[in-house]
Amino acid sequence: MATYQEFIAQNEERDGVRFTWNVWPSTRLEATRLVVPLGCQFTPLKERYDLPPLNYDPVLCTNKTCRSILNPFCTVDYRAKIWICNFCLQRNNFPPQYAGITEQLQPAELSPQYTTIEYTLMRTPAQPAVFLFVVDTCMDEDDMTALKESLQMALSLLPTDALVGLITFGRMVHIHELNCEGMTRSYVFRGTKDYTAKQVQEMLGLMKQQSNQRPMPGNPNVPPQQAPNFFSKFIQPLSQCDMSLTDLLGELQRDPWPVSQGKRALRSTGAALSIAIGLLETLYPNTGARIMLFIAGPCTQGPGIIIDEEFKHTIRSHHDIEKDNAKYMKKAIKFYEGLANRSAVNGHVIDLYSSALDQTGLHEMKYCSNYTGGHMVMGDSFNTSLFKQTFQKVFAKDNKNEYRMNFGATIEVKTSRELKVCGAIGSCVSLAQRGSNVSETELGMGGTNAWKICGIYPNSTLSIFLEVLNQQQGAAQGVPGGQRGYVQFITQYQHLSGFKKIRVTTVARNLIDATTNMPTIAASFDQECASVAMARIAVYRSDTEEGSDVLRWLDKMLIRLCQKFAIYEKDNPGSFQLTDTFTLYPQFMYHLRRSQFLQVFNNSPDETAFYRHYLLVEDLTQCLVMIQPILYAYSFNGPPEPVLLDSSSILPDRILLMDTFYHILIYHGETIAQWVKAHYQDLPEYENFKQLLQAPVGDATEILQSRFPMPRYIVTEFGGSQARFLLYKVNPSQTHANLGWGQTAGAPILTDDVNLQTFMEHLKKLAVSTTT
Amino acid sequence: MLAGPPPSFNAGPPTQPMQQQAHPPSQMYPNQFQQPTLPPNFQGNQHQPPALPPNFQGNQQAPPAGPPTYPNMQQQQYQQQPTLPPPSSVGNQPQFPPQSHYPPDNQQLPPPTHFPLQPPAPGNQPQYPSQPPMMSNGINQPSMPQTYPNQGPPLPPPSSSSVAATSNSLRPAPITPNQFGPPPTMGVPQFPSQPSFPNQPPSNLAGMPQYPGTQPPFSGPPSTFPSANQPPPPTGYPQQQLPPQYGSQSHLSGPSTVPGSQLNGPGTYPGQMPPAPVQQQQQQQQPYQPQRIDPDMVPNVVQVLEQSQEKIQQPFITNAPGLLPPLVATDFVCQDQGSCNPRFIRSTTYTIPNAHDMIKQSHIPIALAISPLANLRPDELGPPVTNFGEIGPVRCHRCKAYMCSFMQFIDGGKRFLCCFCEAATDVPTEYFNHLDHSGRRMDWYQRPELCLGTYEIVATKQYCKDEKWPEPPAFIFMIDVSYNSVRSGLVEYICHILKTDLLDYLPKDQGAETSNVRVGFATFDKQIHFYNIKNTLGQPQMMIVSDLEDIFVPLLDGFLCLPQDSRGVINSLLEQIPQTFANTQETETILAPVIQAGIQALKGANCTGKIYLFSTTLPIAVAPGKLSNRDDKKLLGSDKEKTLLAPINNVYTKLGEECAQNGCAVDLFVFPNNYLDLATIGEVCRVSGGQIYKFNYFSIENDGERLHDELKRNFQRTTVFDALMRVRTSAGIRPIDFLGNFYMTNATEMIFGTIDSDKSVSVELKHDDKLPVESNTYIQAALLYTSISGQRRLRILTLALTVTSAYTSLYPACDLDTIMNYITKVAIRSVTMSTPKSIRDNIITQAANMLACYRKNCAQATTAGQLILPETLKLLPVYVTALIKCDALTGTQTVSTDDRSLLMQRVMSMDIKGTFAYLYPRIYALHDLDENNLPPPMIRCLYERLSESGAYVIENGLVMYIWLGSQVNPTFVQSLFGVQTGHIQPEKCRIVDLDNPISRNVRTLLNMIRNERNAHMKLFVIQQRDSIEPFFKNYLVEDKGFTGGASYVDFLYHLHREIRNILQ
Repeated sequence: MATYQEFIAQNEERDGVRFTWNVWPSTRLEATRLVVPLGCQFTPLKERYDLPPLNYDPVLCTNKTCRSILNPFCTVDYRAKIWICNFCLQRNNFPPQYAGITEQLQPAELSPQYTTIEYTLMRTPAQPAVFLFVVDTCMDEDDMTALKESLQMALSLLPTDALVGLITFGRMVHIHELNCEGMTRSYVFRGTKDYTAKQVQEMLGLMKQQSNQRPMPGNPNVPPQQAPNFFSKFIQPLSQCDMSLTDLLGELQRDPWPVSQGKRALRSTGAALSIAIGLLETLYPNTGARIMLFIAGPCTQGPGIIIDEEFKHTIRSHHDIEKDNAKYMKKAIKFYEGLANRSAVNGHVIDLYSSALDQTGLHEMKYCSNYTGGHMVMGDSFNTSLFKQTFQKVFAKDNKNEYRMNFGATIEVKTSRELKVCGAIGSCVSLAQRGSNVSETELGMGGTNAWKICGIYPNSTLSIFLEVLNQQQGAAQGVPGGQRGYVQFITQYQHLSGFKKIRVTTVARNLIDATTNMPTIAASFDQECASVAMARIAVYRSDTEEGSDVLRWLDKMLIRLCQKFAIYEKDNPGSFQLTDTFTLYPQFMYHLRRSQFLQVFNNSPDETAFYRHYLLVEDLTQCLVMIQPILYAYSFNGPPEPVLLDSSSILPDRILLMDTFYHILIYHGETIAQWVKAHYQDLPEYENFKQLLQAPVGDATEILQSRFPMPRYIVTEFGGSQARFLLYKVNPSQTHANLGWGQTAGAPILTDDVNLQTFMEHLKKLAVSTTT
Repeated sequence: MLAGPPPSFNAGPPTQPMQQQAHPPSQMYPNQFQQPTLPPNFQGNQHQPPALPPNFQGNQQAPPAGPPTYPNMQQQQYQQQPTLPPPSSVGNQPQFPPQSHYPPDNQQLPPPTHFPLQPPAPGNQPQYPSQPPMMSNGINQPSMPQTYPNQGPPLPPPSSSSVAATSNSLRPAPITPNQFGPPPTMGVPQFPSQPSFPNQPPSNLAGMPQYPGTQPPFSGPPSTFPSANQPPPPTGYPQQQLPPQYGSQSHLSGPSTVPGSQLNGPGTYPGQMPPAPVQQQQQQQQPYQPQRIDPDMVPNVVQVLEQSQEKIQQPFITNAPGLLPPLVATDFVCQDQGSCNPRFIRSTTYTIPNAHDMIKQSHIPIALAISPLANLRPDELGPPVTNFGEIGPVRCHRCKAYMCSFMQFIDGGKRFLCCFCEAATDVPTEYFNHLDHSGRRMDWYQRPELCLGTYEIVATKQYCKDEKWPEPPAFIFMIDVSYNSVRSGLVEYICHILKTDLLDYLPKDQGAETSNVRVGFATFDKQIHFYNIKNTLGQPQMMIVSDLEDIFVPLLDGFLCLPQDSRGVINSLLEQIPQTFANTQETETILAPVIQAGIQALKGANCTGKIYLFSTTLPIAVAPGKLSNRDDKKLLGSDKEKTLLAPINNVYTKLGEECAQNGCAVDLFVFPNNYLDLATIGEVCRVSGGQIYKFNYFSIENDGERLHDELKRNFQRTTVFDALMRVRTSAGIRPIDFLGNFYMTNATEMIFGTIDSDKSVSVELKHDDKLPVESNTYIQAALLYTSISGQRRLRILTLALTVTSAYTSLYPACDLDTIMNYITKVAIRSVTMSTPKSIRDNIITQAANMLACYRKNCAQATTAGQLILPETLKLLPVYVTALIKCDALTGTQTVSTDDRSLLMQRVMSMDIKGTFAYLYPRIYALHDLDENNLPPPMIRCLYERLSESGAYVIENGLVMYIWLGSQVNPTFVQSLFGVQTGHIQPEKCRIVDLDNPISRNVRTLLNMIRNERNAHMKLFVIQQRDSIEPFFKNYLVEDKGFTGGASYVDFLYHLHREIRNILQ
């Protein structure tokens, strides 16, 4: 089935779309029996350097309920200058400016190679994006200094026309006026109070222009002289306030309120965020804006409190959550989710930059990032390269010297009549747009055919799930195997340059009768895509369901899939065999079950939230890495090679490089470690050893540089404490329990977890069983 | 004594016909004498005829208003007037009284026109031998003494109506019992004689020798009555019974008459009250006699002061219980030898009645006026600070009284007996010392607590809040930056003076090199702006808080800083503030949240301190503590005025309480252009122990210097923080009522956010039980406080008093200054609860009762017609008349509501010196100052004493006027103000710093006054017959009030009648 693999790769390359099934059954019943739901991983803004610049508006289908965009799949009558919409079959005239088209002279959007194309709308004036820094000041001096430097650096990385603002908080929340001379000024809010947007406006005097001018007797001469000072005093163009803001940041003090022993600093994260959102809501609704929240600890007072200030009260763990012992959690989650929704409505992104050794409440605040497409960064300190480089990457530019960040994207899904939209899972919010193609069945965020991603990047990926409608007539009578289903993704967004852009991706897949063509469908299975889709569904469900239920569900789905697509004799596990397109899938599932996404043991709720966040954001390849880390081996025995993620790969004479997306780990086998200790690498005659040591470092550096957020970089060795990161990821094929005498290969893992082999045994047994 | 003037008087009197009116008995006061008419006469007499008339006229007009109450009377009066020769009429009447008195009794007696105060003493006359002579002499002088006694004008006994005009005084002050105010109108003729007071003054004077025992009798009186002078034979005299009429007891000589009791003698005036019917009086009057009661003959403040000052040659030594200290306004040195300096505590009486009955009878309040931090003279020893280290203050284990000089050590020094509760307490071993042969500790002389009435102890941690040593206090400046404030230049000016020098005047503890007071700044309009002035900052940071519902302070570190550390940032802040708000359009302000913020800032910094709040407008912005304009001037003076003078809600009261509990106070500087509702917002100052300063229509030119000086004085006066005062007394008597500006959470402890050297409280004592007569009673006031340097200390003040069961011992031991201080405060406090009329009536009743009791118990030998005043209380009438017309108590529409509230609050915290000055303003002549003799002699508060060609300054501790006579020498004006006479503008005029003797002397004098009052009083310059002259005249308390109120002499008549009523 190499062809399918090629097809998949090609499609991914061109459209950023991978479907779980690349041939679709033509009936609903058959579709649901596929076990793995029909859907795709869609990367709306996949980096494409070959797209022609189209500085005009797209041509829309005139059918009011359709409004899909002209695409290569449309039937075009060049003579009549008419095109037929492939979704609703509406016949549309070309607009006047297309008068000159012929078969030879086609606009780009009709070219078959441009199933994905991008329009830049020139009519709306460019609007600069807003960056609002919301900075915690309850941190130690080193962190503060490092953070200040990072922020000042950020100013230099921003486009000069960007608008910036600064809010700092500790016990109180300060909104700083920019461009004050002689004296810095800030409005201060109590950290314990939840201010409504209206209150914020009033207290900041943002309503003054209207209210103040009327009842001002005796001063009729004070005209609305606000004109020259168009910008609010809190948010100003970087070009105007660069200096003063840099100074302001420089003078920033740690929160001066004393923290008594045994207490946490009082930190008003919730109030600060609420005020920041209120401010932007008032001043810049529906404009690209980014709230960058830097926190060095949990919110300890006021709205969104995560833990109180007593150190003796520890911050909630998964255990507490299970026992319903997390006093503030539910309220806090509700609060932050509310904020996230408010922010999302206005298209504002919330980034969470958390740097603390303890938890900071990402678990509660996760929706702020999840709903708005914001970044979530978790580190130990602002004074680490992990944070500094990660933060720097936020402002990174691509090859075309353009910022990778985009704002306020809406993704609308058009489908041909055979399909309906069930929902989406990703870093987005529903726009609750109930089009005709919205399915009753919900999977992920359903009930809509459009979603909003406030902060969108080239790698942002959405899982979109579809449903096939019964094509009784069509399927039965139509051309068998010749029918196609179409899906069009319309992504509108604001580029950091300020322009609105629309990217249109249109894809088509064949619909066939599953009753007769099941092997074809099985052959079109994309197990990688399916793994990620299942992982996302599982994570999505974990939010609301018990972990064990989710695991059981995953197992059930895996067994059912195997029952359906594997070749076996009933009740004979030995006869069990999977076809090519399914071979890897159980392994992914095995690792997914063991992963930090579903196993919370040894992870804090914050870490879980952090890990899950990126699973919902990253593209397919990265997600796969997260599910099943990649392991490379370096030795004198040959060139570097990928090896099994298995304990048997851990050999004394090997250096291993593991990439789990979140961690990059270099592991020196026992022998290598001894050599290193003996400093052989320093001896000229062991230059080759030195090179061997260098090789994985070089590769790791490469990965580090390309990844966002920066992975934690770990170098360890046999017996090193950090080796646990490796050991708990690998398949424990050898454990203390089964390690026999004389076995030398690999390293035993001290665990009671079942290994992959056992897992497969059980799977076979269950799949072939007639009783399940 | 009064000698001086006689000649003139004589002259005068003859010429003037007397008009005496017979009043219908029913009419109470003969306000009767028409002032107008009288004055002229007087003036004539006095030499200033021309000038006066106009004035009088003015007055006359006024009267009409007053009279309303007695319409009838007026009319009658008017009618009468015509008949009478205008000049003579009025003036005479009063004067005549004497005559008249006689008339009643012996109508013909009149000869003595001279009697300055004609006592209408009917019967008396005969008795007084002297009188006749006096008369003969023609003039008062001689008569004076005699006069007193006699004087009792013939009052129509039945009718209470007061007597005719008093003395020569210009004013016609008839005393209307009811209204003292405006009697002026015509009434003239009518009552003249009746009330005539005996010219008490003389008598009083005579009495001078008051202090029994100790002090020699005054010689003063001698000239007058022999009797008066008489031996101060002070022994308590037996109480004599008085035959209903005493003819003249020897008035002055009271003593003489009364055996033994000097007291009586001296003090008493024989007021003679002839039972004569009114008509008789009229008759008497008719025969006009040129003179009426000679004001010089009535007891007068200036004279009393001068005399008592003369007597003070030696320090007042507090080495025995119950010593009556010198008058408060005199200049004396005190040596503390067991009891505390009277500057700290004065008692209304130094001999406590042994039972409550006596108080009930005598109506003499038993109260203490305590100024725990009073300034001492430089040559007096300040309270030494002792430190007992770990053991802390030594106290009685039962009543917790602190060690003092009256504790008695027993058992060889192992225990001591408490002088308050008589419990025996073991002496801590660390504190033990042996006793000498007399039972005194060997070290008594080395230990301040054993030999002094005043000492301080460094407190231990148990005396601190939360058992933590306090931080040094901080000052927070909160400045209104709304439109009004900016436009008037206030903001810029405050910033300017703070920047240039005020911060250099921050207080420091004794012996400290630098002040460790931290300062903080905030500004406000509808929002509050806090400033971070941390010295590490390059520029100040402003933090704006607009969430007013639940105010908070946005910063801690950096808000309060030592000026010496952060001077650079502070200076740049003070430069920035005016610039930042230069173009503000904000007209609405808030107040309560500002105060709240100040409290929180101090609380947050865990320190005590003071909030200097500068505000210009009524806080009408939507916020807690929002107020609205509820001013209604019409209500002032009416029975409903209390609604206006009481706070409208308790928001500011609560704030004040919070301040007090947190050891801070609010000093409120207001700069209003209109109503501010000080009655409400002033509560915060009242309860916290702060003070209000008011600058109407502020302009830098007029008020800048004053603001600067007041702030400086405020900084520099001794101020302590987070203070708690408790008064302990010997068993049998205990404090029950506390007056002043402070906060109380229980029945015994006064809590002060801050208290300073200008503040005083009054404590009323009540008997629980009878006190043993032979014993002493002890009073101990203990003030626990945090000093300006942050040290926690206790100041212990102990006072020993004697106990008596005899009125004859009680009266001579009274301290009138203290009594007036107490009565004044009680009266002011009741303004918001009672009606003006009943308050005044109560005061008069109390005064009358005090005198009547004396009369009944100590001067029975006098005739009913005589007004007899105890020596120690002889100034009571003049103080009472001043009190009932003082503007704090009897404000009318001429005093704005806010000013009234301000005055009331000021009075409540006044010390005795303050009330004295307030009740009886000081007047000095400016036109003939001698630089070697400053201050010049005081002048009585009588308009007639002001010369048209002179210039005078008058001050009462709150305001200051310079009055320029119409004929004043232009050179004088030129050298003082640097402008022509015609260019004097009342408010704008300032004394220019010119280099000439006149200017120098005047400035020196004014500075002396200011320093003495520790206030930069607002100075008004007015010219005679200016439109605002009446305001000035209102301070001439011996004259009729400008809004109503009897003149002194008239009041005497009235009082006399009241007394007689009581006695009957």
